[in-house]
Amino acid sequence: MSFNYDFVKHRNIFFIFSSIITVLGIVSLLVFGLNLGIDFESGSKAEVQSKTAINAEELSDTLNSAGLKPEEIPVLAGQNNQRASVAYNKVLSKDEIAKFKTTIKEKYGTEPSVSTVSPVVGRELARNALISVLIASVGIIIYVGIRFEFLMALAAIVALLHDAFMIIAVFSFLRLEVDLTFIAAVLTIVGYSINDTIVTFDRIRENMKKTRIKNKDVLAKVVHDSIKQTITRSINTVLTVLVAAVALWIFGSESIRNFSIALFIGLMFGMYSSICIASQLWFVWKAKQLKKRNFKPADSQA
Amino acid sequence: MVKKNRIVTFILILAAFAVLIGFTTPQIVKNIKLGLDLQGGFEVLYQVKPAKEGQKIDNDVLKSAVQALDRRVNVLGVSEPNITIEGKDRIRVQLAGVKDQNNARKLLSTKAQLTFRDVNDKVLLDGSDLKGGGSKVTYNQQNQPIVQLTLKDGDKFGEVTKKVLNMGPGQNQLVIWLDYEKGDSYKEEAGKKDPKFISAPAVNSVLDQKQVVIEGRFSQEEAQNLADILNAGALPVKLKEVYSTSVGAKFGEQALHDTIYAGFIGVAIIFLFMLLYYRIPGLVAVITLSIYIYLILLIFDWMNGVLTLPGIAALILGVGMAVDANIITYERIKEELKSGKSVMSAFKAGNRRSFTTIFDANITTILAAGVLFAYGTSSVKGFALVLIISVLASFITAVYGSRIFLGLLVKSRWLDKKPGYFGVKESEISEL
Repeated sequence: MSFNYDFVKHRNIFFIFSSIITVLGIVSLLVFGLNLGIDFESGSKAEVQSKTAINAEELSDTLNSAGLKPEEIPVLAGQNNQRASVAYNKVLSKDEIAKFKTTIKEKYGTEPSVSTVSPVVGRELARNALISVLIASVGIIIYVGIRFEFLMALAAIVALLHDAFMIIAVFSFLRLEVDLTFIAAVLTIVGYSINDTIVTFDRIRENMKKTRIKNKDVLAKVVHDSIKQTITRSINTVLTVLVAAVALWIFGSESIRNFSIALFIGLMFGMYSSICIASQLWFVWKAKQLKKRNFKPADSQA
Repeated sequence: MVKKNRIVTFILILAAFAVLIGFTTPQIVKNIKLGLDLQGGFEVLYQVKPAKEGQKIDNDVLKSAVQALDRRVNVLGVSEPNITIEGKDRIRVQLAGVKDQNNARKLLSTKAQLTFRDVNDKVLLDGSDLKGGGSKVTYNQQNQPIVQLTLKDGDKFGEVTKKVLNMGPGQNQLVIWLDYEKGDSYKEEAGKKDPKFISAPAVNSVLDQKQVVIEGRFSQEEAQNLADILNAGALPVKLKEVYSTSVGAKFGEQALHDTIYAGFIGVAIIFLFMLLYYRIPGLVAVITLSIYIYLILLIFDWMNGVLTLPGIAALILGVGMAVDANIITYERIKEELKSGKSVMSAFKAGNRRSFTTIFDANITTILAAGVLFAYGTSSVKGFALVLIISVLASFITAVYGSRIFLGLLVKSRWLDKKPGYFGVKESEISEL
């Protein structure tokens, strides 16, 4: 395998591509918003499982006669429609949950799962997640700033936020439900994305030591070579993690399906951003920095 | 010349690990506690509110509320209850493997404030007059279950009954309430078919005794619950549910089964990929990754961690990330081989040069996971914990484990001049 594609030369394509997706993502968020699960809003969600196929109307009627009329017709899932989820906008009380459980157990033979969240708690969770990303970003900037250099830290953070935003944008666009595990997925991608970017930057750092940067072309060659040298590793690593995520997606439990999808999207963007965004941004910024340093003394001599 | 003793050492170490893993894994897996999302159960986040007006919710009050909840959970016989204080005024209760969730939930949040009142709702006796652990279920003449209480002071009951008796016929009732709330009234409730109070026996004589029985229309179970809850003591506070989730046992079982199945497939494909792509180093990776998975389970068991669904996901993901450290090293070795170095020096240079890369990349991931652990709640916290352990364990196994195993093979000189065993073609090697 050999990769001779010139990522540096085509950097503007990537910048434009990412900008377009970012704009689309913002539009999608403004127009559609996120499909927030009850973890972030107030309400109740129940999951029912049966040995035989569930009839949505029948389930609805059963609950209705128990005084627990669902907001909408229950959504069926699973093989042969053996699972159903029922949503309520209100927070079911302890007694209502008890009644729900008894009713379903009598009718379908298995104990259902019921979750409720009050609005306060949901908002807190979202806020805490946002704070965690910000704190993690600051920590990463400091660490990378010390171990590498400030421009790399900055580029890494842009790539990281890019990846986190892309997951949110795709989830908004595809109307996938955002729940508590979604936060975990986004934060995992934050960790993974930085990992991926650091590996590429590490090679750039190493090659920079070996090379005397005379002009922009030499700098471009360093970035190009570094990407070329690490791309097999980037692809192989992302492949193995992707395999794990896809296996979870296809075969794993339904309750972590959205988690796996979020990981899948994030991993793809994570690899893309470390090669096509972080490294290229660093190249543009570094070139500017060198230009200032190199030409100022030259100017004064003239 | 091949040094056979290195290869023998390699095989011996491998055999030792195989025996260790083979014999101890079943016990470790059995010991690991499963979260409620994997075995069914429920979790409730309570907001703690004052039981009486003017009561302040401070840390001591929260602690005593946790103790009271703990005693009640013991009544339920749940093996691994998890009751924690969160923030300033919240208590999280996690009960995995509860059989009767409805009953458990009711038992938990009942304040269990028993009061004896007169017909005008004036308090005559309350929970503080009860002797702790003195309640039990007995039966009356009709073989109906009744709850027998023991008071601290028999004379006091004498005084109370005397007072009630003196109120005259029609008013001489001693009304027994559980969780009387402001605004409840005996006179309003008395006419109802299903009154809020437990019972209102008429007092016909002064009773100087410590034993008091409550005759409600109890079922056997209700009577037992009441006796248990009175023994466990009243809650010093009022609890309001702000978040709850319950998982049916069947759901938990299936989630566990599905996710582990997914894990096996994912890990199997990763192993296959490593073997095909990296050959001998790939085999070493498969060995170290197996040790890595074992190590994680072992650490998790030692830490008494509770494995949740996101935790398993993090574990499987961790395998993917652990592979990364191997890939970084092997790619580096391959690069060195392609530059024309001998197997021995390529191995040394590859290890040395890949170390800082792996180190920096892992530290940044731990940084992110640490923040997640500090700020996340329950299931996210579990996920972050597994991720941190994974990164640490992968560092140990992928960096040091790999070096030892691959080192033995390389130093045996069996791999000398066999770049193909590293997945490097002869044609790719440039002359020095």
